[in-house]
Amino acid sequence: MPSFFENIAELLQRYGMTYLSGAGTTLLISLVGTFFGCVIGFLVGIVQTIPVDKKRDSKFKRVILAVVRAILRAYVEIFRGTPMIVQAVFIYYGARIVFGINMGMWTAAFFIVSINTGAYMAETVRGGIMSIDVGQTEGAKAIGMNHLQTMLYVVLPQTFRVIIPQIGNNYIINIKDTSVLSVISITDLFFAHKSAAGALYTYFESATIVMVIYLTMTLVTSFLLRMLEKKMGGSDHYDLATKDTLALTSGTYNFPDKKKSEVDHK
Amino acid sequence: MSEPILQINHLSKSFGAHEVLKDIDFHVCNGDVTTIIGASGSGKSTLLRCINLLEEPTSGEILYNGSDITAKSVDPASYRAKVGMVFQSFNLFNNMSVLKNCMIGQTKVLKRSKEEAEANAMKFLKHVGMDPYIHAKPAQLSGGMKQRVAIARALAMDPEILLFDEPTSALDPQMVGEVLAVMRDLAKSGMTMLIVTHEMAFARDVSSRVVFMKDGVICEDGAPEQIFGNPKEEATKEFLARFMNN
Repeated sequence: MPSFFENIAELLQRYGMTYLSGAGTTLLISLVGTFFGCVIGFLVGIVQTIPVDKKRDSKFKRVILAVVRAILRAYVEIFRGTPMIVQAVFIYYGARIVFGINMGMWTAAFFIVSINTGAYMAETVRGGIMSIDVGQTEGAKAIGMNHLQTMLYVVLPQTFRVIIPQIGNNYIINIKDTSVLSVISITDLFFAHKSAAGALYTYFESATIVMVIYLTMTLVTSFLLRMLEKKMGGSDHYDLATKDTLALTSGTYNFPDKKKSEVDHK
Repeated sequence: MSEPILQINHLSKSFGAHEVLKDIDFHVCNGDVTTIIGASGSGKSTLLRCINLLEEPTSGEILYNGSDITAKSVDPASYRAKVGMVFQSFNLFNNMSVLKNCMIGQTKVLKRSKEEAEANAMKFLKHVGMDPYIHAKPAQLSGGMKQRVAIARALAMDPEILLFDEPTSALDPQMVGEVLAVMRDLAKSGMTMLIVTHEMAFARDVSSRVVFMKDGVICEDGAPEQIFGNPKEEATKEFLARFMNN
């Protein structure tokens, strides 16, 4: 099919920059949205898991906490339960018509993706916190840490490590889902495809290019996240802090490196 | 005998309709090494967890150096900083190295400087023989090693009393010895200790007082020679006979 490759070449020549800037927009919005989504998710998840001490906490504190939790619960359910494309229209035009605020499409895009991701992340973080063994919290309490310190130094670092795959999921979903933001005139990668394909009537060829670009973005993301995960897991062996060389012969490995020990045996 | 550091009056604890502790009266004096023995489910661990406020007592009072720590005005965190606890399941922080495990409480709770905390942590890690492993993460250590680090972590807070909740129950037989050796050493150094254990030989040799619990009440309380040599209560005799036969 010579015409297929010719069409692709022509598309790239004439619309290469459009695709690239569309891809840049997509990456930027999903990156910012995922980042703030994580921040929102952590904050909501933390509030939802504050323990209530019926005896020591004042009634005022308990009532406030219950109200805040109800609001956050509603937020999570509303934004998880409606499509982002509808949320985008609702918020962008709602802000303008009801409150007279012109958000600008960039602010609107960042806002919508962040708040949407936040709703999912809130549940992810809550689940992550619940998955950490209660012994970790008790260990922290036993040396006198208060709830905030326990969360900050013990529970949340471990939670973060557990939910990295979910953060990756959300980021990849965002890369694809930002395509719906063309309803508020964001010229992302999908919008670039529509304009290029429409102008030259080369839907298949343009879709091929865009597929490759989307896949490249998501594969690179997966790879980077795996690296981060591995790095956070730490080294699988440790150095003994001793000059006693005899001690070095015992138990320095957690999971012996298979390849390495095979080499050693040869 | 000196002033009691811990005085427990009429302590009860229920989980729902199930009454685990029934009207416990009990005290610990400075320098005492008290072991609590008894069958599983007799309320030993719950008593220990109440003393550290990990469980909220249903009624009764716990006087620590004369003041009631179950009062509303008492902040559990600052009380716990003075009372060390060693758990059956170690509960070392999985995200930190051995050294960091022993420093974090000192720097964040006691607000010590990093240098001071590190020197102090190293002192106690050396004491339990874990100083070569300061860079290891808990997941890379054996059970006995983890428990020794947990003891060092508790000691690094300079506690006034140390609570042990079945510290050797999760360990292989050959690792029990290394942990008990550390605890023996501590007892000799004059540390006030309250130990829930199933290690009868250890209880007999090391403690200055043995408490036998059954069904949420303190059944018998006395010197180890008396409890193990000449128990008064029928229940104590039965329990010990069963244990010695095993």
